[in-house]
Amino acid sequence: MSMQSLFIPYSTIVIKEVSRFTRIWVQTILPPAISMTLYFVIFGSLIGPRIGTMNGFDYIDYIAPGIIMMSIINNSYANVVSSFYGAKFQRHIEEMLVAPIPNFIILAGFVTGGIVRGFMVGVVVTIVALFFTDLQLHSFTITITVVLMTSIVFSLAGMINAIFANKFDDISIIPTFVLTPLIYLGGVFYSIDLLPEFWQKVSAFNPILYMVNAFRYGMLGESDISITHAFIMLIIFTITLMIISLQLLNRGVGIKS
Amino acid sequence: MPALEIKNLNKIYSNKFEALKGIDLNVHQGDFFALLGPNGAGKSTTIGIICGLVNKSSGTVKVFGHDIDTDNDTAKASIGVVPQELNFSQFETSLSIVINQGGYYGITRRTAIERAEKYLKKLGLWEKRNEVSRNLSGGMKRRLMIARALIHEPKMLILDEPTAGVDVELRRSMWDFLIELNQQGVTIVLTTHYLEEAESLCKNIAIIDQGKIVEDTSMKQLLSKLNKETFIFDLVDPITELPDLNGLNSKLIDPTTVEVEILRKDNINQVFDVFSSNNINVCSMRNKSNRLEELFLDLLNNNNKTD
Repeated sequence: MSMQSLFIPYSTIVIKEVSRFTRIWVQTILPPAISMTLYFVIFGSLIGPRIGTMNGFDYIDYIAPGIIMMSIINNSYANVVSSFYGAKFQRHIEEMLVAPIPNFIILAGFVTGGIVRGFMVGVVVTIVALFFTDLQLHSFTITITVVLMTSIVFSLAGMINAIFANKFDDISIIPTFVLTPLIYLGGVFYSIDLLPEFWQKVSAFNPILYMVNAFRYGMLGESDISITHAFIMLIIFTITLMIISLQLLNRGVGIKS
Repeated sequence: MPALEIKNLNKIYSNKFEALKGIDLNVHQGDFFALLGPNGAGKSTTIGIICGLVNKSSGTVKVFGHDIDTDNDTAKASIGVVPQELNFSQFETSLSIVINQGGYYGITRRTAIERAEKYLKKLGLWEKRNEVSRNLSGGMKRRLMIARALIHEPKMLILDEPTAGVDVELRRSMWDFLIELNQQGVTIVLTTHYLEEAESLCKNIAIIDQGKIVEDTSMKQLLSKLNKETFIFDLVDPITELPDLNGLNSKLIDPTTVEVEILRKDNINQVFDVFSSNNINVCSMRNKSNRLEELFLDLLNNNNKTD
């Protein structure tokens, strides 16, 4: 297939995805801005000064990267899981299945939609954060790379969730019972150095720990985990989830009978 | 090269239901082909396999010579499909649904917009182009799916019950549109429950029942197999007793309605002769059911007996 015959379907899916979530911006862009403002007010301005510093940073400065990353993770995941499951539920996924689009293009289109929403929400939450803290930027390249890779990982995870989902409950179970606990236990609000050694080892199995710390390194130059180690984990997660998603799409799981 | 060539196609669903039992089918280029069958016979499964929505269990399907296993992209590009169930986003406008479908087929946005205008106008939807699809009427939604299926100008159009739930006037206009497309060289495969539709439109026909093709022939040949027709005679004045109609199978439905079964070898004039000699005046006469419907039911009954 020519590059044009791949690019046109890809850009069509991306434009459709972006226009979908921007059309309902009150449901997609505004809520994270509100909830993250509350995080900054409560944990940053009210409780933060009583906590003091963490790893040499004011508490609000320390948690700001984690809060931004939390909103990126939630939104990239939510975008793909709701959009792809919605396409399955309304059966308009068939519009793509009858067309000569390779599955990797369908996957890339939906994942790009998740990345764009993750970035947009990340920018909005960063702007909110600027009202509460003086954000630093230790490394622009590392920060952007981590945001990109994290939103890819969670867009892919959202895709896998949507592929297996048979009802709307199935797309809220994973975010509620798996994603939220992992985020809260992934070092958003604390350094894992504060945990007992056993729980530090348990935390090492939490993928979000690597993303939050890598992002915090990009902004503050401070991380509980070596940045190389964090990137290796991110690459492993990305490749693994990409292979699983593509295999599922190629086998037609959840979309073909 | 046939437009569609199906050989020994089988489909067993994960619940072990055998939907297709080794069907063979050929549709010639430029044909207007009817695939008929009762509910659950395997029509939608067959269409789903051709279009890439259902995984086959075994067999081969070729679209204009392109095998769907080895050359699926080319095969898909040759097909436009209008499914039985609505399958577009309820939150998008008619225009964006059609243009996006063009994008999925690799058509540039400019061309997609031009074609969308052409087909939406042709199908009477241009005024509704900026309407969110869920606000369209049932008939408009069906026409929208036809416009969407044509955006890449396929060589073969497959329509799965396209006129289900559509009023008579609209159905007729959709028939005219499909005839026009067929005259332009587009091969059309149609499934329908309206047998009158198949008889009016289609040149060739296959009947599928319980996953097997029980008839595959031309419409003309199939109709020639019809060895009897049932006619309804409406009488001017009521009668209390029906005279003997030369031994023909007949019955008085009500005082002014007579039903008569006439074999192909019989002469219909004899019925009028008997009526005239008994001073019974007929004001109108019609077929009890569509001719194809009678054949269709006979074929299905025979298939059930042989199983």
